[in-house]
Amino acid sequence: MNSIIKKIIFSIALVIFTAGLAIAADSLVIKGSTTVLPITQAALESYMKANKGVQISLSGGGSGEGIKALIDKTADIGNSSREIKKEEIELAAVKGIKPVAHVIAYDALIPIVNPRNKVKGLSTDQLSLIYQGKITNWKEVGGDDLKIIVISRDSSSGTFESWDHFVMKKAKVTPRAQMLASSGAVVTAVGNNRYAISYVGMGYVNKSVKALEVNGVAASAQTALSKQYPFSRELYMYTNGEPKGEVARFIAFLKSAAGQGIVKKEGFVPIRK
Amino acid sequence: MSRHTKEKLIKYVLFLFALVSVLVLGLIVFSLFREGLPIFKKVSLYDFIFGLEWYPTSDPPLFGIFPLIVGSVVVTLISSLMAVPLGVLSAIYIAEIAPASVKEILKSIIELLAGIPSVVLGFFGMVVIAPWLQNTFDLPTGLNIINASVILAVMAIPTISSISEDALYAVPREFKEASYALGATKFETITRVIIPSALSGISTAVILGMSRAIGETMVVLMVAGGSAAIPESLFDSVRPMPASIAAEMGEAPYRGLHYQALFATGIVLFSLTLIFNLIADYVSEKYRQSGSATL
Repeated sequence: MNSIIKKIIFSIALVIFTAGLAIAADSLVIKGSTTVLPITQAALESYMKANKGVQISLSGGGSGEGIKALIDKTADIGNSSREIKKEEIELAAVKGIKPVAHVIAYDALIPIVNPRNKVKGLSTDQLSLIYQGKITNWKEVGGDDLKIIVISRDSSSGTFESWDHFVMKKAKVTPRAQMLASSGAVVTAVGNNRYAISYVGMGYVNKSVKALEVNGVAASAQTALSKQYPFSRELYMYTNGEPKGEVARFIAFLKSAAGQGIVKKEGFVPIRK
Repeated sequence: MSRHTKEKLIKYVLFLFALVSVLVLGLIVFSLFREGLPIFKKVSLYDFIFGLEWYPTSDPPLFGIFPLIVGSVVVTLISSLMAVPLGVLSAIYIAEIAPASVKEILKSIIELLAGIPSVVLGFFGMVVIAPWLQNTFDLPTGLNIINASVILAVMAIPTISSISEDALYAVPREFKEASYALGATKFETITRVIIPSALSGISTAVILGMSRAIGETMVVLMVAGGSAAIPESLFDSVRPMPASIAAEMGEAPYRGLHYQALFATGIVLFSLTLIFNLIADYVSEKYRQSGSATL
């Protein structure tokens, strides 16, 4: 009998102990947008290398998830590829959270197709019609006689909301559109599929896909900053109030020359030259 | 402490643990309904289940989950068409035909199959099967019903196979011996005696395998493509219910309509798996072999 009690007490102690360890080890928790994820990942690796003993845990989930985590106090920083919404600010106020935005990089949203696709560029209207399911064949926009497979991001992604904002302007994306859960999955799918069209943040464009010009303008750091390229946007980190301690140091690092070097290396547009 | 009180104490402790799992289930069901039911104040049950348009984030939002239900049912049925013959026949081979050494190897391989994380299988479907399907059959997309069904079948086979195997082992030896004594061949014994006696167990296995497939999330999120439209062919993309819930819950504002609609989708999914399990229970109760004298 005694041994059973001992075992129970021992297991409870073990649980408390490990839980305590987990809390102590994570001094900084970051959650949110999968667009901001690669920048944050690269930044925290070099930050943790330079500052031994600092533990930062990072997870994705989408911009909405990041802001929700900030409001629920399960994250110190909420990454987002869109501005915080009015309802979210209200909800935050109820829970005593004051979200403060930090622009850490610029991003350009880029329509991508398979490299075997002949189409070089599309207008905003053509993109909108394709995504509404009104243009269904590539030959209608100067390509081969192939069906268009529309690939979109699921509605929890900030990238989807930016696309909605820049291109769809409240028109509905066709229900035939495929919905993929991450930007990486989008690039894999488009890279393997000559029927497909999709969109990703600038950092995700690689050699396996072809970036399209929009209204005759190719996306680049210059055209995104000057807003000549129509689909450009800010990337945010949200904190509760003005950041303090480790959070402030990490954000300052991201905004520093070294941090912005990482932003550039990951394929996004730095906030300063 | 006397032996008697000790016995009693152990009994109550075990009862407590059993109660915990019931309690947990009860709380989950309770919160599922509490979060999901309020949607029906805004959308009628009929429009929710038979509505053809799922636009949860547009203005005004539309919450029709019929395409999602069709997606779930289609991938489950097609995967069962593949998994049931494979699972049941492999169980028959393992239980009745295979020599001991082969049996051990096969059993552990099937157990290993059950241990592969679904995200790994999903990844495999996305980067290997999807491009292969697309290039081989010249399809517009490789992320489709067939791809998802193949992978769900792989996941359901271990469930179906191991439960069917148990059912086959449970067939009394006397039956087999009697059959051989009457001069039946091995094949006749298997098809006419062993399978009919194990049928209730095999049916349970099939139904549990199907409920495993309908609830699986990661795989359908990764390889089903995610179109919220009713498919016109087996090579179209679909958006089964679990994929929709997993992909959208992150964004849905807390206790907003979209959030409630996703919980209500969860209720529909829960009801479907519950029905599957009830059927499995009913079948195994009704056709249970009681004692070795009955067949």
